[in-house]
Amino acid sequence: MSKLYTFLKYFFITFWTVFVVAPFLWAVSTSFKDFQSVNSKVTYIPWLDFEPTLEGWRVLIKSPAKGGVDIVEPYFNSIFVTCTASLISIVLGTLAAYALSRFTFKAGFVRNNDITFFFISQRIMPPIVLSIPFFIFLSTIGLLDSLLGLVVVYIVLLMPIAVWIMVDFFNRVPKELDETALIDGCNPYQAFYKVVLPNSIPGLIVAGMFCIIFGWIDFFFAFILTFTEVQLLPVKVVALNSSITPWWSLSASALVSVAPLIIVAFIVERYLSKGNLSGALK
Amino acid sequence: MNFKHKFVFLFPGLFVLIGILIFPIIFTIRLSLSGWNSYTPEMNFIGITNYIRLFTDDPRFWESFFRLSFLSVTTVILQYVIGFALAMMVWREIKFKRFFRVIFLVPMMTTPVIMTVIWRTFFHESLGPVNDLLGGLGVKPILWLSDPVIAKFTVIIVEVWQWTPFMFLLILAGLLSLPKEPFLAAAIDGASPFRKFVYVTFPLMAPISIGAIIIRLIEASKIMDTVFVLTSGGPGTATETSSFYIYIKGLREFQMGYAATLSFTYLVIMIISLTIIAKVLTKLMIKE
Repeated sequence: MSKLYTFLKYFFITFWTVFVVAPFLWAVSTSFKDFQSVNSKVTYIPWLDFEPTLEGWRVLIKSPAKGGVDIVEPYFNSIFVTCTASLISIVLGTLAAYALSRFTFKAGFVRNNDITFFFISQRIMPPIVLSIPFFIFLSTIGLLDSLLGLVVVYIVLLMPIAVWIMVDFFNRVPKELDETALIDGCNPYQAFYKVVLPNSIPGLIVAGMFCIIFGWIDFFFAFILTFTEVQLLPVKVVALNSSITPWWSLSASALVSVAPLIIVAFIVERYLSKGNLSGALK
Repeated sequence: MNFKHKFVFLFPGLFVLIGILIFPIIFTIRLSLSGWNSYTPEMNFIGITNYIRLFTDDPRFWESFFRLSFLSVTTVILQYVIGFALAMMVWREIKFKRFFRVIFLVPMMTTPVIMTVIWRTFFHESLGPVNDLLGGLGVKPILWLSDPVIAKFTVIIVEVWQWTPFMFLLILAGLLSLPKEPFLAAAIDGASPFRKFVYVTFPLMAPISIGAIIIRLIEASKIMDTVFVLTSGGPGTATETSSFYIYIKGLREFQMGYAATLSFTYLVIMIISLTIIAKVLTKLMIKE
């Protein structure tokens, strides 16, 4: 029984690992192919099955005028939009979460939990519902096809995540901490800034990582709300996916775009193994 | 004294969110009562004509909604079962524990729409590796993207690959925070691993499971990117979900008024059904 279980366990783990890694291996292999080795028959291993070329990687930094793809600018756009929106969401979300965790609010039938739910429930909103009004709204105020417009939209996507994680986190930080600070003569802002915040770094990091993940992986809003002036990375990569797809540059650009966040997987794992995440994620 | 300060903390976030959202929501409701389309792009008032059309004369929307329900429920169940199994396996000491944990987390860090582009080449019916390797085993080429039934499963496979890590992460974080005592007690009683799981681990994990399932259902109900790139809703309308149908009506056919009607109805249905699911799950899984 126990031997069978161990066997099944390792079998399943191996199977899943292969499943997770397979598309990446395929993309790596494809990124070194040329037209011939993609379209004649299915090939896998460079040198053995086909002659590798760096063409797929080279076009990434060429300007479109020379037949390149130029993902450098979309890359920086994506970084800018994701980081700005995450930062604003974290700051506003953390303040709101602190208020919801420490003070009691009453307005008619609205209580703290209802306000928290209001924040978090924004995740229920299907992007498509917001996309049409945002499209018209941003075009009236002239922010369609601009980085600023996207930042505004992404705040709606990310602030609920920040509030969700930080409310839970602050509930776990003992109240005595702020009370001591208040007795020592701090005003509430100093108590928050000097005492509570430094004790909330793990929560802030987790919230930050989640905001960055969910900002970085968004495609839909970037797709609807930008055209030519501003392009984000996912839109740029998907645009390559036309009828005659250059699989090699497609794979190379895909790998380059997903690479930075894979580092986040290592950070999350570290937190998980140290036990810091369990508190922040419940 | 606290009276003033607490608002200083809460209001910036609250008002920014309300400020950004209030216009789109009111606008959607107003738009849904208009006949805004590419011929008459103006905010006229046609009453509930659009709603009558939706409820009496638009089977395609309801089909897309049931398809969405099927896809999201199936994927979330699979993600939960697989995510729980994976978390159980790397919860206790095994070899290369941290390596496997990282590997199991990686897919959720990747942009779904970009990975889907890769999956499209992966499942390509004549030039992709899946059919080629299966062909080596003597299996006939499978129409991963152009058969109406199989295409649904392809979408499910990609969604499960993408989002099982999220479930895995929430459940593993939960498992790691469980108290030790119940397990010691079970060990003293000589409970088998199976009974330990059924009577100790699973009940202790119920609240976390419910949270994880509901979060994933909310996210899964928005499934759009994958379908958009993988199959474009096709073949025919075989993988068309509600979001995608609204997208076609609104931003391809420019029937803005009708698309707003669909959006608003869809939002109301989502809120009601997710609330009911949350209540039912809580009842089912937590037995007092």
